[in-house]
Amino acid sequence: MVNGILDYLWLVPALPLLGVALNGAIALFAERPFLLKEAGLPLAGGHGTHGHDAGHASHGTSSHGDSASHHEAPAYRKLVAFIAPAVVGAAFVVALLCVLSLASRPADGRTFVQILFPWIQAGSLLVPAGLQLDPLSSVMALVVTGVGFLIHVYSVGYMSHERAFARYFVYLNLFMFAMLTLVLANNYLLMFVGWEGVGLCSYLLIGFWYEKQSASDAGKKAFIANRIGDFGVLLAMFLVFWTFGSLTYTEVFARVPLLRESGVLTTGLATAITLLLFLGATGKSAQIPLYVWLPDAMEGPTPVSALIHAATMVTAGVYMVARSSALFLLAPDTMMVVAVIGAVTAIFSATIGICQTDIKRVLAYSTVSQLGYMFLACGVGAFTAAIFHLMTHAFFKALLFLGSGSVIHALSGEQDMQKMGGLKKYVPVTFATMFVATLAIAGIPGLSGFFSKDEILWQAFSSSHGSPALWAVAALAAGITAFYMFRLVFLTFFGTSRMDPEVERHAHESPWTMTVPLMLLAVLSVAGGWIGIPAVVGDFFGIPNYFEHWLAPVFHPVAAAGAHGAEGAVHHPAALEIGLMAVSVAIALCGIGLAYFLYRVRTGKPAEIAKAWPALYDVVYHKYYIDEFYEWAVIRRIVSASTGLWQMFDARFIDGIVNGGADLVRAGGDRVRRLQGGVVGGYAFSLLAGAVLLVGYILYRSVVQ
Amino acid sequence: MIDPSAYLLLSAVLFGIGVVGVVARKNVLIILMSVELMLNGVNVAFVAAGSYLGDAAGGIFAFMVMTVAAAEAAVGLALLIALYRLKETVDITELKVLKW
Repeated sequence: MVNGILDYLWLVPALPLLGVALNGAIALFAERPFLLKEAGLPLAGGHGTHGHDAGHASHGTSSHGDSASHHEAPAYRKLVAFIAPAVVGAAFVVALLCVLSLASRPADGRTFVQILFPWIQAGSLLVPAGLQLDPLSSVMALVVTGVGFLIHVYSVGYMSHERAFARYFVYLNLFMFAMLTLVLANNYLLMFVGWEGVGLCSYLLIGFWYEKQSASDAGKKAFIANRIGDFGVLLAMFLVFWTFGSLTYTEVFARVPLLRESGVLTTGLATAITLLLFLGATGKSAQIPLYVWLPDAMEGPTPVSALIHAATMVTAGVYMVARSSALFLLAPDTMMVVAVIGAVTAIFSATIGICQTDIKRVLAYSTVSQLGYMFLACGVGAFTAAIFHLMTHAFFKALLFLGSGSVIHALSGEQDMQKMGGLKKYVPVTFATMFVATLAIAGIPGLSGFFSKDEILWQAFSSSHGSPALWAVAALAAGITAFYMFRLVFLTFFGTSRMDPEVERHAHESPWTMTVPLMLLAVLSVAGGWIGIPAVVGDFFGIPNYFEHWLAPVFHPVAAAGAHGAEGAVHHPAALEIGLMAVSVAIALCGIGLAYFLYRVRTGKPAEIAKAWPALYDVVYHKYYIDEFYEWAVIRRIVSASTGLWQMFDARFIDGIVNGGADLVRAGGDRVRRLQGGVVGGYAFSLLAGAVLLVGYILYRSVVQ
Repeated sequence: MIDPSAYLLLSAVLFGIGVVGVVARKNVLIILMSVELMLNGVNVAFVAAGSYLGDAAGGIFAFMVMTVAAAEAAVGLALLIALYRLKETVDITELKVLKW
């Protein structure tokens, strides 16, 4: 009881796990029999008339029609709709109280470790199952539980027409448990458990509508792409244990200076560890070259896209890199790789976003692009800025996804922006909140996205790891971001309706369970940035940079211990910072202006441009043919190599050994069995021969002795 | 008194004839008779050894063997008759279904 509420930190991941258990029981024992019973009966129209009729004829077909079973919601749904958000909400409250308790401590004592039980003890490998709450993990825990809670509430509304309601929330709760394990773990191995857990939930939720081929394919693609990265993380963990003799964060990072001095931890070793960790990050956080799974992940339900594939899971890579900042700062080569990959991903996926017509895919590429910004920040040593952008991005991108979900919900499942337009009057709340989020992501001053993005741009320019080239790429990507986001808004909400008249008749604003989370996230998208106002602006208004102060104990001792000071090592005049800020705002405004011109004023122009450069348009529209390239360069190679191995090695060599052994025994038996001829005389003769031999042997022995 | 080796030689000859009969002949009846011959060859050896050593056990064993041989002959002939009824032959080489 010495630590007060902090002793209850274990409740934060445990509460969602409780939700998994309760909802899992409901899904297994109430929902599954219910759905099976329903599926077994002939449904009105389409499927259901084949095969099952004979077996169920006695049940009577008339009383179980479409209308009867669909509108009568079973009682368990209400229970699930309460449990799932409630456990996450409770986890948020506990996490908030824990963080407040942590904040009341002095700045250098803000690392609370709770060892739950000894987990693995093998030789010198001692891994406890422990939780660690420090400024970094507290930001992550609050974002995960807070945004997660809102998305759970939203899901209750969004999934209200879904039949496998309980199954959905089991997966969603399981995801929360895994994600909280990931961010709260006090060692790499437990983090990896959460890391794999979120990958599993991602797979389950992308393939939630598994009857659809594309959805189940997308799930597999995400899982396999992540496996490649996970392999890197595993190797990195082996190296960390080999080098440091421990996997616990506090021990590893405490040993860094000592091992550095003694020469054990060479720069090459640090580079190897960090590059492998970064490989894992590119998988989980969808960076080049492993980003291809994220756009396909949009096959999952939209709240899942918001929670897992925008706000939380995909930021796990950024969290891991930030967590390992002490190691990354020792490897300048890795830092450069991270920064360059981040910047290139940011601009590369932003350009793809321009030509996409599926509303969710635009947001998916936007997410990849924004994650690129976060890695750019990590790569230039601005870990605080990366985590800051992670947080603000979680707010506005979750809002954008939930808003697009609300639009899709209103349009009975339509996702193609070419069949939208003029939706402003049908879904006013969705429009207003999404517009706020769009302003935030575009970097309009005063909103959250502006502060975090600008911090990254400034660090990319001014940090000792940064360069003007990185700044230029990132600033250009910011302009493109503003352009495609406003293109999305203009195509969806403004102009004349291109909707199917039937769909338009049903267009409606979403229920309160969906709009309230939207409004709360809109508030966060506006105000979320105010806790991290950069000093150059904040000093003017007398507002300190709370966020940087909060994270300083995690990143600054690290920066001092590393070879280079990360932040603040090079001093630039304030005028330069203000100037660059103005330039980036101007670029964003240009992007917005261009979007306004092309999609509001001269709406025929985009088609003309596409026609003027058909090759360019084709390449961008087809996402640079990266999927096709991977298909050709990797997948087909692996498939043909596997086929070869199957036919040559497995079918011939392995099967040859097994079948050869059997053939040998059979051939031998075939020879031997002929001794048994069935002729009694033959048996009598062998009997005689045996007797003669025996007697002869006995005589021989007696003679010799 | 005759040298015991002569009795043993007789015994061996009788036994040898019996063995050859069992192995070489095709008629089951002959084979059974050959078996009797072998048993009696053994009997000669028993009685001769018993008499030579002055031990009654040799003669007792001979009677024992005769008893068993009588039982064996009864069972063997019964089987032979059953076989003949079934197969209408007593040629041992025809009876070779009991293999692999």
